[in-house]
Amino acid sequence: MGKRVIEVNNLTKSFDGTLAVNDISFSIEQGEIFGFLGPNGAGKTTLIQLLLGLITPTSGTIQILGMDLQKNREAILSQVNFSSTYISMPSSLTLSENLLVFAKLYGVADAQKKIDSLLSLFEIDRLKFTPTSHLSSGQMTRLTLAKALLNAPKILFLDEPTASLDPDIADKTRTLLKAIRHENKMTILYTSHNMKEMQEISDRIVFLNQGKIIACGTPNEIIKNFDGENLEDVFLKVARGHAS
Amino acid sequence: MKFYRIAALIQRHGYLYQRSAPRLMEIFFWPLVDLFVWGFITLYFAQSQIALPRFVTFFLGALILWDILYRAQQGISISFLEEVWSKNLLNLFVSPMRPSEFLIALMTISVVKMLAAGLVSAAIAWFCYSFNVFLIGISLIPFVLNLLVMGWAIGIVSMSAILRYGQQAEVLAWGLGFLIQPFAAVFYPVSVLPEWIQPIARIIPASHIFEGMRSVLETGRIPYQELVIAMVLNAVYLSASIYFFYYNLRVVKDKGLLLHRGVE
Repeated sequence: MGKRVIEVNNLTKSFDGTLAVNDISFSIEQGEIFGFLGPNGAGKTTLIQLLLGLITPTSGTIQILGMDLQKNREAILSQVNFSSTYISMPSSLTLSENLLVFAKLYGVADAQKKIDSLLSLFEIDRLKFTPTSHLSSGQMTRLTLAKALLNAPKILFLDEPTASLDPDIADKTRTLLKAIRHENKMTILYTSHNMKEMQEISDRIVFLNQGKIIACGTPNEIIKNFDGENLEDVFLKVARGHAS
Repeated sequence: MKFYRIAALIQRHGYLYQRSAPRLMEIFFWPLVDLFVWGFITLYFAQSQIALPRFVTFFLGALILWDILYRAQQGISISFLEEVWSKNLLNLFVSPMRPSEFLIALMTISVVKMLAAGLVSAAIAWFCYSFNVFLIGISLIPFVLNLLVMGWAIGIVSMSAILRYGQQAEVLAWGLGFLIQPFAAVFYPVSVLPEWIQPIARIIPASHIFEGMRSVLETGRIPYQELVIAMVLNAVYLSASIYFFYYNLRVVKDKGLLLHRGVE
């Protein structure tokens, strides 16, 4: 069994009496690609925000890299990073400038070299001096992914990272993430509505519904548990309330 | 506290202003428009022999000093809005950046904006109206520092309100300073105000600064008492505004509003 990098115990979050995350516990090991799956409103985004310290839990504990998130926010966040389709970066700045600002925020040594290698890795190096406002949504996603890898994070949170990528770049991104995971023993937490992608990339999946974990295991275990043909089939059963 | 993180946040705004003409205009355009319009009006009054003694001097001095306060406030609130508009807020709040580092960076940006706008306004006042703001003398330094601190306090309050209430509170970034202006005795002495408003004016630090400025220009004496009152009031308001920011940040984290602010 690998080293536990995330341990969540009895985590609950309620907003004005509505339970968004309901007494959930799970742990994630180093080097795992861990998928969060569930219909809209299941609590995936709230859970990721709780793990990033953007939301204060109502009760329960979150240990990341062996430290309590509430007490060691700065030490933890310097070793993790986040990318989402829903966020962007200052549009007037060039790609290089944006990445340089974040490299400095994370205290990255030899920042320019790191930036050049990431831009090249995501095939946007020719846009290095282009204002970010000129990027397509796919290029923007790749830029935010490059930002997320700047500090060589031990844990990477990805919220629908391939949602705006074409199939070619999405496939390359998945391959890249798997390679980075192997090379750096990076743990990746992943949300996506692309079931095929989740099945392909995730080592384990937590299936959330109405703020509760209804299943946790490898994609095959979950498919078997719900007597489905594939993850999409399971997802539809859960979302439509047909799951047993 | 890590200074490299503060420097990174400042650099981000440096890049922005380096290449954005509209943003540069925001710093220089309005102060210049004010200075031209009101400067020429006061010149007309003076030339028409209907001016009060030292009216031009009082008015131009007040215009330049008011703009210092306003730029200091905008340096905080508009710089914060830049992060909201560019959907960059979440990137910052998932980084190891401390809220205190964020505040210090915004305060530093506001000093740069204030100095840039203040120096250009002072130069224009000198060339167009032969008004030398430095005639105020050594007391100009504590005047500017007090206005800067009051601008920070207003900026932090408006930023906190935007953080908490989102786009509907954005108007505060431009309006909150002007809401206070009528009571701050910028262009007229506190004694002109109705008696029941005067106590309100007395608890506004800027009113003591503008009263002080008029006193220096009229008598040449440094108004130590006004300066001390302004400093004490500013210390209270700045502390209260920082508390207000941290309180709202707690509420926003509790209600899960950071994501909304980051993507709205």
